[in-house]
Amino acid sequence: MSDRLNVLKTYKLYVGGKFPRSESGRVYEVTDAKGKWLANAPLSSRKDARDAVVAARKAFGGWSGATAYNRGQILYRVAEMLEGRRDQYVREVAEAEGLSKSKAAEQVDAAIDRWVWYAGWTDKIAQVVGGGNPVAGPFFNLSSPEPTGVVAVLAPQESSFLGLVSVVAPVIATGNTAVVVASEKSPLPALSLGEVLATSDLPGGVVNILSGRTAEIAAPLAAHQDVNAIDLAGADEVLAKELEIAAADNLKRVLRPQPVDNWTATPGTDRMTAFLETKTVWHPTGSLGASGSAY
Amino acid sequence: MAPVFDYAPAPESRSIVDIASSYGLFIDGEFTEAADGKVFKTVSPSTEEVLAEVAEATEEDVDRAVKAARKAFEKWSALPGSERAKYLFRIARIIQERSRELAVLETLDNGKPIKETRDADLPLVAAHFFYYAGWADKLDHAGYGANPKPLGVAGQVIPWNFPLLMLAWKIAPALATGNTVVLKPAETTPLSALFFADICRQAGLPKGVVNILTGDGRAGAALIAHPDVNKVAFTGSTAVGKEIARTVAGTRKKVTLELGGKGANIVFDDAPIDQAVEGIVNGIFFNQGQVCCAGSRLLVQESVQDELLDSLKRRLSTLRLGDPLDKNTDIGAINSAEQLARITKLADLGEAEGAERWSPACELPENGYWFAPTLFTNVTQAHTVARDEIFGPVLSVLTFRTPDEAVAKANNTPYGLSAGIWTEKGSRILAVANKLRAGVIWSNTFNKFDPTSPFGGYKESGFGREGGRHGLEAYLDV
Amino acid sequence: MPTTAPNALSDVTASDSTLRRFLHGLPGVDAVGLEARAASLGTRSIKTTAKAYAIDLAISMVDLTTLEGADTPGKVRALGAKAVRPDPTDRTAPATAAVCVYPDMVATAKEAVAGSTVKVASVATAFPAGRAPIAVKLADVREAVAAGADEIDMVIDRGAFLAGNYMKVYDEITAVKEACGASARLKVIFETGELSTYDNIRRASWLGMLAGADFIKTSTGKVAVNATPANTLLMLEAVRDFRAQTGVQVGVKPAGGIRTSKDAVKFLVLVNETAGEDWLDNHWFRFGASSLLNDLLMQRQKLATGRYSGPDYVTVD
Repeated sequence: MSDRLNVLKTYKLYVGGKFPRSESGRVYEVTDAKGKWLANAPLSSRKDARDAVVAARKAFGGWSGATAYNRGQILYRVAEMLEGRRDQYVREVAEAEGLSKSKAAEQVDAAIDRWVWYAGWTDKIAQVVGGGNPVAGPFFNLSSPEPTGVVAVLAPQESSFLGLVSVVAPVIATGNTAVVVASEKSPLPALSLGEVLATSDLPGGVVNILSGRTAEIAAPLAAHQDVNAIDLAGADEVLAKELEIAAADNLKRVLRPQPVDNWTATPGTDRMTAFLETKTVWHPTGSLGASGSAY
Repeated sequence: MAPVFDYAPAPESRSIVDIASSYGLFIDGEFTEAADGKVFKTVSPSTEEVLAEVAEATEEDVDRAVKAARKAFEKWSALPGSERAKYLFRIARIIQERSRELAVLETLDNGKPIKETRDADLPLVAAHFFYYAGWADKLDHAGYGANPKPLGVAGQVIPWNFPLLMLAWKIAPALATGNTVVLKPAETTPLSALFFADICRQAGLPKGVVNILTGDGRAGAALIAHPDVNKVAFTGSTAVGKEIARTVAGTRKKVTLELGGKGANIVFDDAPIDQAVEGIVNGIFFNQGQVCCAGSRLLVQESVQDELLDSLKRRLSTLRLGDPLDKNTDIGAINSAEQLARITKLADLGEAEGAERWSPACELPENGYWFAPTLFTNVTQAHTVARDEIFGPVLSVLTFRTPDEAVAKANNTPYGLSAGIWTEKGSRILAVANKLRAGVIWSNTFNKFDPTSPFGGYKESGFGREGGRHGLEAYLDV
Repeated sequence: MPTTAPNALSDVTASDSTLRRFLHGLPGVDAVGLEARAASLGTRSIKTTAKAYAIDLAISMVDLTTLEGADTPGKVRALGAKAVRPDPTDRTAPATAAVCVYPDMVATAKEAVAGSTVKVASVATAFPAGRAPIAVKLADVREAVAAGADEIDMVIDRGAFLAGNYMKVYDEITAVKEACGASARLKVIFETGELSTYDNIRRASWLGMLAGADFIKTSTGKVAVNATPANTLLMLEAVRDFRAQTGVQVGVKPAGGIRTSKDAVKFLVLVNETAGEDWLDNHWFRFGASSLLNDLLMQRQKLATGRYSGPDYVTVD
C-alpha cells in the first residue's frame, strides 16, 4: 500500500465528439450515496443544450444514412470498449448508486449486454416493423421505419448506468442522434460513457451528454424547434407534464415516463419504435407491355 | 363539324338520398336532442341551400356519450374477435349497398364532385371496414405480442374534407381492436356520420359502441379533455393538433394526430411529362386541394420548367368546374365560406408578395363557395404561398437545379406528410425517397390511398399512422 | 426535346444516330399513369344532345372496313353503299369517312362511292405483316393509288423498329409517302400490339410524323390487341405535341376492337380533352371499324325515337 495521491478525473460534457466544460463555467458537487464528494460535474446551461442540439442535428444525416450493418458494428464496438473498462464502471456505479461491488457489476454487465442486444437490432428492426403493403392497384408499396431525428433523452434518475444505456442505445440504434441529460445526482457514469463513445468509432454528435439540473436543461430541449422527440424517462410527474406541453409547440414525439422496476429485464422494441417514423413509398408497377392484361 | 363537343349536364340524381329536416345526437344507440336543445344548420357549399338542422352537443352531451361508450366497452371488448369482425364486415357490406346514396349525400354536404365521392371516397370507406374487419380476430399475429388489449373509449375528431372516409379511418381500427367510440364529425359536414349511425343500427351494432356527436370545436375540445377518454385521435389542422397535444399532456391518453402538410411534388427533367402533369393536377386539385397530403408545392427542374408549365396550363384549361353532382365535374365547391375566405386571403397575399398568379378562364357559379384553380409561378421558399398550408386549389411553382437542391427545398418546411417524385430513373426515385422527410411518398403517381397502407406524417404533420398493420397500434395498449 | 423552331426537327433525321437519340430522348411514358388517365376520361358521362352530337361525329369518322381473304366485288359494293348511306331509313344519318379495302378492291370501291363524300382508303405495303421487299410494297402502294385510292394505310416494318433500325423504318415511310403522290393521304400503322411498350408507341408516333405521315394509326385489326383508350390517348398526345413543335397537324386513327357506341364516345372524349377540338373532324380523326357502325346507328335510332333498336333495323353489310 503506497500513500500515493490519486489523480482525479475532471469530468466534462460530451458534445459533438469533444469534451467541453460547461459554457456556463459552472460545476456542481457530485457525492456518493453516503454524501461523500466524488467529483465536480459540469452544470450545463441552456446554451450547452443548444450546442448539443446543433451537434446532434449535424450528425444526423451521416448517422441515419449509415448502413444498418455499420451502425451495428459501431454499437458492438461500444460494448467491446465498455468491457475493457468494466472495472471503472463497476466502481462508478457502486459509488453512484450505493451498491455493493457485485450488485454494481451486475448492472454494468447488463449494460454491456444491452449494447450488444441493440447492436444486433440495427439491421433487423426494419424487417420487423416495416414491410410491403398489398394495395389494391398496380403499385408496389413499401413501408419502412426511419429515425425521427434529434431525440432529447432524459436519462433515468436512479439507474445511472444501466438505465442510461437502456434509453440511449435504442435511440441511436435506429439512426437517431441524441442529446442526453444524465441523472442529476449520479451523472458520472454517463459522463464516463462519453469517453467510451469517443473511442468506439461513433461519429461525433451522435450522442451528446450533458450533466446538471434536469429541469433546467430539459426545458430548452423540450421547447427547441429543432428537436424532434423527447424521452421523459428522467422526469418526475410535474416536470414531465410541463415538458410535454412545451414539446407540443413543434409536435415532438413524446415518450412519457413509465415506471421501470427492473432495468435488467429484456426490453421489447418499444423504445426503438417510439422514435421511428413509418415512411411509405408507392411505386407504379403496371403491365410489362402496352397491351394491358393480355400479357 | 363545327360545334365544339359540349358535354350536356349529367347530374347524378339526388332523389336517392332522403335527408331529414333535423338530426339529433347519436348516443347509446338512440338519436337524442342536445342537452340545451341547441341546433345548427348544415348547408350545401355549392348552393348555400340548408340541408338539415343538427343538434349542437354540449359538454353534458359529451359526458353522456363517453359514459355510454364506457358502458358498452366492457361487453364489446370481451366479444371474441371473430364476432367483432362480423359486425365490421356487415358494416362494410351495408356501405357498399348504400354507396350511391352516401356518395350523393357526401357531395351535397361537402361540395366535392360526385366523381370523387363515387370513385374514391366511398370505395375506400368500404375497403377500410373490410380491411380492419379481418384484423379483429387476428390481433395475436399483428406483431404487438399475444392478446393485445384495447385502450377503452376512443374520442375521435375528424375534418370536413373527407367526412366519411376519415370516419372510416377512425372507427374501423378502433372497433376491430375492441375499443368503443365517441366521434365528432366536422361542423360543416355532419350528415354522413349521422347516416353512418343508421348503418350501425342496420348492422345491429350493440348500443353505445359507436356514438356520434355533432357540434363545433367546443364539443371536440370537451371530448378530448374528458377524463374518461383513453385514446384521442384527431385529423385536422396543425394548430388544433398542438392544442390537443397540450391538453393531453400529463395524462395516460394515447394520441394520434394527422395534421397539415405542404407536400412537394418534385418533377425531374427525365419525368414522364404527361403523367407528371396528371399527377400534379391530381395532387393539388383533387378535392379542390382541401387535402392534408396535397402536392401544393410543385418543384420543377429548371430545364423543363417552360415545357411543363405549358402542358400544365393547357391541362388546367380542360378542368370542368361546377355543379358537384354533375358526373363530369372535376372541380367542386370549397367547403365553407370560412375556408374560401382563408384561401382567398392567402392567394391575395401570394400576389402581393410578387408571385405571378394564373388561372384558366373559368366561370364561377353565383351562389355557393367557389375558387378557380390557381397557379403561382416565380415563387421562392420565402413566399407565404410556399410555406403556409392553403388547403385549397392553389399550386405554388418553384424550381430547382439538382437533386440535392430539390430534396433540400422539399424538406424545408415544418411539415412532413407527403411528397411526390417524377423521374424515369429508378435509382433516383429510391435515392430521393430515402432523403425526403415525409410519411407518404408517391413516385410517379400521387394521392393514392389504400387501407393496407400506413398513412401519417413526420414533424408537424403529426404522429402515429393510420391504415395497415401499423394503424392497429394506435388503438392497442402496447 | 429540341427547341420549338419548326426546322429544328429536320436535323433529327440527318443520320441513324441523331434519329435514335431524338426518339430515345422523348419523355418516357408511365404505363399506370397513362392507363389511369385514359380510364378516368372513360368515366365522362355523355348524355342527350352531347351524345347525339358524338354519335353523328363518330359515324362520320368511320373508315368502314373489310379486309378479308374472302372479299368480293359484291361485298365491297355493299360496303360502299352502306358507307354512303348508313341508315337507309334515315337520310339525316351522315355518311362515313371512308371505306377501307385491299388494293385490288380499290377500283370497285371507287365506283361504289362515286358521287359521295366517302373516300376510298386502301391498306398497302404487304398488309398486315409488311414482310415483303420494299419494291413489292411500293408497287402495292402505286397500284392502289393508280386505282384511285384517296388514302393509303401502310404498315411499318415492326421487325426493323424493334431491332432499332429506325432509319430503315423512316426511309420506308418516306418512300411510301412519295409513292402516294399529292393525291393520297398516308396513314401509318404501327401495330401497337406488336410494339408492346408505350415508350415504343410514342417513339413510333414521332418517327411516323417526322417521315411525313398524314395520319398515325394504331393497328391492323389482325392481332390480339388493337386500339385501346391508352394507346390512342398516347398517340393523341403525340400529334398534339408535334403540332405545337412544328405547326403540322397529323390525324389519328384507332383501329380494331372498337365495337360499341359507348367505346366510340369514350375515344371522342379522349380526342376532345387531349388533342382538342381541332381534331374533332373526320379529316383528323378516324375509327377503323366495321361492326361499330351498326351500333352507332342503333343508338342513333334510340335517341331519335326513345325506343331501343335491334339488329334487324340496321343493315348487315
